[in-house]
Amino acid sequence: MLSGRARVFGDDINTDYIITSRRKRESLDPQVLRNYLFEEVDPAFAATVEPGDLIVAGKNFGCGSAMEVAVTVVLGAGIRAVLARSFSRTYYRNAVNNGLLPLICDTSQIREGDRLEVVDENGLRVRNLTTGETTAAEQVPQIMMEILECGGLVPYFRRHHDFKV
Amino acid sequence: MGKTITEKILAEKSGRDARAGDVVVCHVDSAMGNDGSTPMALDYFDAMGGGKVFDPARLVFALDHYSPPPSVKTTQLHKRIRDFAAAHAIEVWDVGDGIGHQLMIESGRVTPGSLVVGADSHSVTYGAMNAFGTGIGSSDLAAVMICGRVWLRVPETIRVTLRGSLSRGVFPKDIALAMAGILGADGAAYCALEFSGDGVASLELEDRLVLSNLTVEMGAKNGVFPGDEATAKYLGREFQPISSDRGARYVREIELDLDRVTPKIALPHHVDHVVEVGEAAGTAVQMVYLGTCTGGRVRDFHQARDVIKAGGGVAPGVQLVVTPSSRTVLDTLTRDGTLGDFIAMGAVIVTPGCGSCCGTCGSIPGDNVNVISTANRNFKGRMGNSSASIYLASPASCAAAAVTGKIADPREFPC
Ligand code: SF4
Repeated sequence: MLSGRARVFGDDINTDYIITSRRKRESLDPQVLRNYLFEEVDPAFAATVEPGDLIVAGKNFGCGSAMEVAVTVVLGAGIRAVLARSFSRTYYRNAVNNGLLPLICDTSQIREGDRLEVVDENGLRVRNLTTGETTAAEQVPQIMMEILECGGLVPYFRRHHDFKV
Repeated sequence: MGKTITEKILAEKSGRDARAGDVVVCHVDSAMGNDGSTPMALDYFDAMGGGKVFDPARLVFALDHYSPPPSVKTTQLHKRIRDFAAAHAIEVWDVGDGIGHQLMIESGRVTPGSLVVGADSHSVTYGAMNAFGTGIGSSDLAAVMICGRVWLRVPETIRVTLRGSLSRGVFPKDIALAMAGILGADGAAYCALEFSGDGVASLELEDRLVLSNLTVEMGAKNGVFPGDEATAKYLGREFQPISSDRGARYVREIELDLDRVTPKIALPHHVDHVVEVGEAAGTAVQMVYLGTCTGGRVRDFHQARDVIKAGGGVAPGVQLVVTPSSRTVLDTLTRDGTLGDFIAMGAVIVTPGCGSCCGTCGSIPGDNVNVISTANRNFKGRMGNSSASIYLASPASCAAAAVTGKIADPREFPC
């Protein structure tokens, strides 16, 4: 379903660390902001990120403000999924609404640069091709999966014009 | 099985049973966007095929994060919001009116039992009003603009039982910091916090706003208070409170004895890095910040003013910044003489709004400056300079630091 290289971060990565308010004031364009992605915590990141990379983090990823650019800038860098032990709820919902897959799973054994594969085998699983380990991820509730499968709330609303329940 | 306050409100607004863990689509009673989140919401609105706004009366836009706008770019963002609002008959709280969250409460848009969302994380503040208030993203706000509804996962609830009342020199912010210390920055992740116990009655509505506001720093989805006489007093009318049922299910229970809470401080750069103020005493500070949606209300300024007066004024080399959370707060402080006192103390007075809370305007700290602030966040770079260090404390503790130029226990200044 998805595969890429692990880019590993620690616990409590807040939205200001993902992209600072200062940069957001200059532009909201993900293609501009991606040049400053994670600059507060890893100044070398933006220059080394490659499309298809997967973000791997500890607990409470995306805590702090609800600003949605913290999700769109990640997508802007070509990243399709974030794996974390837990997310802040606003980051989780913004991710779903924009088509960025937020996966809750045990990330403690994943190292920087590991090759990962996200597969759906009776539920979402993360396969670490470097170590050979496989970890089950938490299920994503149905309405969120539908939004994700549409590619986010924009295509979802273009199709349905309302929430279908 | 009984229900928590949160489950009851989400059941009412979704027309479903709404138990913790369910995902429901809810009717939104009121929604707020600010100048940080609304421009993106307008992009989403257009991309979704927007057209007409579902119910403009339920929406409001607050121009608070760039107040006044520090650049041409931000001025233009404001213009775009005003133009859209005018075209769709949506109310705008303009530059200088204040912080959106404060105005949501002051204006009466948040009522007991209502479901209110804001495209800003501190929308949890509304829980103080016996309401469900939570932060959403810009795309959610666009969806609310189109259909008046929002999807929500019904959270599990953690019950926080408050006993007794606070001692002299100890304030609601200290309770909130004590909770952050106990729970940690994600201790309430995906959960509702529900306050209960006899200690609730000892807190005015303004005090409860401080607690609800800070629940998001523990990861909470909402931080809800029961409705009682203090709620009715603030509203100026009787109302039907939403109460939790006997037998409601809580995932965790915490009890706090208010009499035993002491002045606390969050050290840089984590809100849950909480210690006794005394443990940080002596640390030099160069900037004291009084304001924000946590600590920018009339009571906060009175508490700070009293301590500074008792201490004999502001220490040389300390910049005292005062940013009222709304025009009404500024107006009250002007009429009761507090603002004059602050001016006489040499304070920098900033337009009501978010000020330098998130580094977007106002007075930005210089390199390596230590700031003590009544705000809710102290991340690295939060106030616009990543070499500054931010300490979070009560208005009285901030004032004690203003007096001495060092972090100090406010109980040393009898007032
Ligand atoms: S005062 Fe600070 S925390 Fe409150 S809404 Fe404004 S920027 Fe956010």
